[in-house]
Amino acid sequence: MRDIAICSFAQRQQAAIPDESEVEFMVPLMVQAKDAVGLTQQDMGFTCSGSSDFLAGQAFSFVSTIDGTGPVPPISESHVEQDGAWALYEAWVKLQCGDVDTAFVYSYGKSSPGSLRDVLATQMDPYYVAPLWPDAFAVEGLAARLLLESGTVSERRLAEIASRSRAHAASNPHAVRRAEKSVDEILAEEYLADPLRPSDIPASADGGCAMVLAAGDRARELCDRPVWIRAIDHRIDAHTLGVRDLTAAMSARIAGEKAGVGADTVDFAELHAPFTTSEAVLIEALGLDDGVVVNPSGGALAAHTMMAAGLIRFGEAFERIARGDGDRAVAHATAGPCLQQNLVAVLEGE
Amino acid sequence: MADDVLTAPLVLEYPFTRTTGPVVGAFLTGLREGVVLGVRRPDGTVLCPPLEYDPITATALGEMVEVASTGTVTSWSWNGAPRAQQPFERNFAWALITLDGADTPMLHAVLVDSPAAMSTGMRVEIRWRDEREGHIADIEGFVPLGSVDGKGF
Amino acid sequence: MPVDPDSTPVGLGVEVTAPASIADVEMVQRVRTPIRIEYTYTPGRALSAYLRGMAEKRIVAERCPRTGQVFVPPRGVSPMAGIPTVGPVELPDVGYVESFNITRVPIATRPDLEPPYCSAWIVLDGASVGFMGLVINCEPESVRMGMRVKAVWKPDDELEKSATNILGWEPSGEPDVEISDIETIGRPGDLQ
Repeated sequence: MRDIAICSFAQRQQAAIPDESEVEFMVPLMVQAKDAVGLTQQDMGFTCSGSSDFLAGQAFSFVSTIDGTGPVPPISESHVEQDGAWALYEAWVKLQCGDVDTAFVYSYGKSSPGSLRDVLATQMDPYYVAPLWPDAFAVEGLAARLLLESGTVSERRLAEIASRSRAHAASNPHAVRRAEKSVDEILAEEYLADPLRPSDIPASADGGCAMVLAAGDRARELCDRPVWIRAIDHRIDAHTLGVRDLTAAMSARIAGEKAGVGADTVDFAELHAPFTTSEAVLIEALGLDDGVVVNPSGGALAAHTMMAAGLIRFGEAFERIARGDGDRAVAHATAGPCLQQNLVAVLEGE
Repeated sequence: MADDVLTAPLVLEYPFTRTTGPVVGAFLTGLREGVVLGVRRPDGTVLCPPLEYDPITATALGEMVEVASTGTVTSWSWNGAPRAQQPFERNFAWALITLDGADTPMLHAVLVDSPAAMSTGMRVEIRWRDEREGHIADIEGFVPLGSVDGKGF
Repeated sequence: MPVDPDSTPVGLGVEVTAPASIADVEMVQRVRTPIRIEYTYTPGRALSAYLRGMAEKRIVAERCPRTGQVFVPPRGVSPMAGIPTVGPVELPDVGYVESFNITRVPIATRPDLEPPYCSAWIVLDGASVGFMGLVINCEPESVRMGMRVKAVWKPDDELEKSATNILGWEPSGEPDVEISDIETIGRPGDLQ
């Protein structure tokens, strides 16, 4: 296995970016991530991106966003209809193959032109579920009630997670939901999708991020403190909601074990937990103890840019380690309803 | 949205008609005829709604069995005002419902007035649409079973 | 090989057995699962300027600050350099036909187009790339590479913030551009 590191990162998230197209708000981020390590697009051995045309209703939007990289002369490129963390995973595999030493990864989502909670119904089973157009919040509400009534978590515990996210987000300029709120204030909120309250659900955002990966000494040349991806694993649960335990993300548990999360001390974890309930489940599945700071950025609750929120977890962890606020961290990304897919990595500073 | 941002309505429509295959097709045929079918798994349990394969062992499945149109709510959440595409006309609950004779739950709506009328473990039964075509929405929704107060078995 | 949608599906490796309740009825083989999603589209910075220009019969492009190339319609990005473009760069509504084709069959989504009609790749004077338009007010068979054209706009009282304001492009009567002078890909900008 080659040592592969994150070497630079740039992100932007706002509640909505109505006055810029995807490629318009992505180009500055792409330039920023490349400039930070002094590379141009032609220096990149491989480029991979993640996005979904359904968010803004723009067919083949990723093809036009490619222009933001400056693909002249033509570049080696791939795209995933998935969160950018899976683009990172593909780039990591490409780097492991050994024929390239650098990779450029980016992802983005502009959900504000549509209604994301409805658009997400299209990811459900097309025969039995999608025709009913289940609301994405209500679908998570089913998992939430199972968690609450099984005694796995309490409403107060969920409110504590929401309150902590807000407190952490207060110092994150990229967070959308930054207003602090006490546990009692959150418990006093009216239900939005009973049993979920507004603070239990993610603050939707438009935005994206860009990142440069490099292998071995090339990474050491590019930045002062490369953040090494020590291990990475991805697992997926069954699509059918009725056949998996919604109170325990089995795929996250296995991915965490395969990535060796528990093999050493974890300073902090950036978990792609769109809901407070997802965070509670993930902490348990990954075996994170009370000493682990969870989502010091505020996490996806504070800003959920669909298709980028997972990769942004990697970027947040990179920035924190790169500046010395921790040495070993867990970065996680999820996809699908109720934590169906889980990608877990262990990151370590040089 | 700021006044100076240009906007235009955009509607994305895919008029998909999907082929069903024999298992999904049998289930939808059942709905059209007013019965619910599951499929038996290798361990003897019944998966409903049925799939062509066992999601745990990947074994091909084919033994369709009839289950009841009554069942038990295993989890639920509340849907306020129906959203644009939902085939429901008023507030309702989403629920995972395990039908009697089945071992896995299906997702559908429970048609009650308020969350106060919902509880895990409540018994429900199918309210069928009068005109059915072989579609998951042939089930108009579930309603509390008989005169049970919503909590008893 | 095309599959007959009415054929009995095969390939599961097991026989599907149905209970008596549906044994004698016609099986469902298809199900309607339409998707309809409504959006409020926002075109972004550069295209908004272009659309606003359209309402005033102006063609507003943008320029790559590194190569000097001019892109129309502008997307806000220079694909040659991977950096934001800057604008506005106003282009005249005259240019030439770089390439074209003649369509002789109707298409369902444009019932207003009566075949035969000519679609062309039009390069405006000062632009580095071409864009699509219809060549009108002439016989399609008379259209040729290098032919000079000018925009035909909608009447002033029908103008909107829309690319449909240009009904098409008609021959301007100017001498043709020599084919040997046509640079087909990536016309260099003035900074290259």
